[in-house]
Amino acid sequence: MLHISDPAELADIAKRMRRTALEMITEAKSGHPGGSLSVTEIVVTLFMNVMRHDPANPKWADRDRFILSKGHCCPMLYAVMAECGYCPKETLNTLRKLGSIYQGHPDVRFLPSLEASTGSLGQGVSLALGMGLAAKMDGNPARTYVVLGDGELQEGQIWEAAMFGGFHRVDNVVAIVDWNRIQLDGFVKDILDLEPLADKWRSFGWHVIEVDGHSISGLQRAFIEATGTRGKPSCILAHTIKGKGVSFMENQPKYHGTAPSKEELALALKELA
Amino acid sequence: MPAVKANVKEFELKLGPATREAFGKALVEVGRKNPNVVTLDADLSKSTYTAGFAKEFPDRFVECGIAESNMIAIAAGLASGGKIPFASSFSVFAMNKGFEQLRVTAAFPNVNLKVVGTHSGISIGEDGPSQMSIEDLSLACSLAGFTVLCPADENAMIQLMHAAVDHVGPMFIRAGRAKAAVIYDATQRFTIGKAITLVEGTDVTLMATGLMLAESIRAAQTLATEGISARVVDMHTIRPLDRDAIADAARATGAIVVSEEHLVDAGLGVRVAQVVSETKPVPMEFVGIHNTYAESGTPEEILDKYGLVARDVVAAARKVLARKGN
Repeated sequence: MLHISDPAELADIAKRMRRTALEMITEAKSGHPGGSLSVTEIVVTLFMNVMRHDPANPKWADRDRFILSKGHCCPMLYAVMAECGYCPKETLNTLRKLGSIYQGHPDVRFLPSLEASTGSLGQGVSLALGMGLAAKMDGNPARTYVVLGDGELQEGQIWEAAMFGGFHRVDNVVAIVDWNRIQLDGFVKDILDLEPLADKWRSFGWHVIEVDGHSISGLQRAFIEATGTRGKPSCILAHTIKGKGVSFMENQPKYHGTAPSKEELALALKELA
Repeated sequence: MPAVKANVKEFELKLGPATREAFGKALVEVGRKNPNVVTLDADLSKSTYTAGFAKEFPDRFVECGIAESNMIAIAAGLASGGKIPFASSFSVFAMNKGFEQLRVTAAFPNVNLKVVGTHSGISIGEDGPSQMSIEDLSLACSLAGFTVLCPADENAMIQLMHAAVDHVGPMFIRAGRAKAAVIYDATQRFTIGKAITLVEGTDVTLMATGLMLAESIRAAQTLATEGISARVVDMHTIRPLDRDAIADAARATGAIVVSEEHLVDAGLGVRVAQVVSETKPVPMEFVGIHNTYAESGTPEEILDKYGLVARDVVAAARKVLARKGN
């Protein structure tokens, strides 16, 4: 089981994962760099520190589950899973190419160690609640973590699921919102504002924790608080920066779904050195 | 397998329980047999008959409220956690409101989820077309990898429910609200994907699914009085279709009528026609709902008005026989 708790070490891994994900997307010539960079510390902290899982035994019954509901940011998930040993690092650059296990959106048919096929936004919380209920029925200690985009919260099913999770007190589920404030068409506040977002989740019966989504130690504390919360599911609102770590990508809606050129990649890798 | 009856006149077709009621009964049976069976409903458990399961197994029943999309994806999550979920609602809500979830969380990852749609077709009667599911078979067959079942009576539903629990993979099971004529006794065995020949015949084959099976038997009884010998085949499995049974019917009788309580554009009939054209092309006719939505009324009135009674199957048989050999 992986357990790296030193924030500095995790931050180093996060930086490396950013480089890997950007190389993958550049090689693929398409993909979603902005959200992959905003979700980095969340995914790294979960897989390397928080979650109980065993890459040598991916179907271990008691494992914690991870669902990337914002499936388009899978380059970061693939990079971290490969780092953990679930899948080969050498073929990460086949992302989005014919026959690759690294599909454009997560696909369990090609990568069975994934917990869910995602890509159609809005479904992850429901899936997590189903996994959470199954664990409760079996008295299994497994927890389920689901990462959502903020734009994704515009989907109605999210709020059906939020209502269900709060009412049924599915407290072995933790939702993490990668709150980077940008979606494909622009800024979330201009397209369909979510505020007051913390109040929304609270009013649906969730324990809300707000955190800097790029602070590893902050995330570690948030996950400890979420794990210790009984009687309510938790929602971690992680304030993040879209394109984090690459100056010309940060807060730029363009990089929601545009692959960097080779030249841009070179500049980005220099910044992430 | 020999035909169920030697002579079509032997079918009495007395009214029995609705297939939704049989589903509820079978659900409790399979729940007792397999502790992994769980049930989800969306505020219709008294109508879908999942209430019996909820009473016996409260810890394995998930009431989702009126939120079908969420229900289907929760069911998929339960399946990923090793459960065998039966998610139930009126067919029109489960399939239409849950379709995207069925596609992404069940079909595409090949998850072991069963969705059961009750109140299918137009025979629900007074509630009217917003509650009537006339496209559910089409939607279910649009989900790659889904098995699609449409039992015709109580015993068919019970047998197929047991088969459903043993079958690993996503599945849609169609049930009706109206009382269903008794066709099978409890000794009849069902295999998913294997059609059942109810009675042999040489002039024409009447294929049907769900409540149209009894109407096809009645039609065969009428045709017999005119000296026309009709084979009657129960297509309880819409997918995978029993290609051999279809090809054999085409070869042996040279004409086929397909009847279903569903839009004719997109249900069983067109799927059978595809197999007929690939194996042994013969004239075909189709009984079903033609490019419209029905209305309120008693089930009997609606089925009569929209052309889903034995009379319509007989008319289609005469029509196809007139074309046969031309």
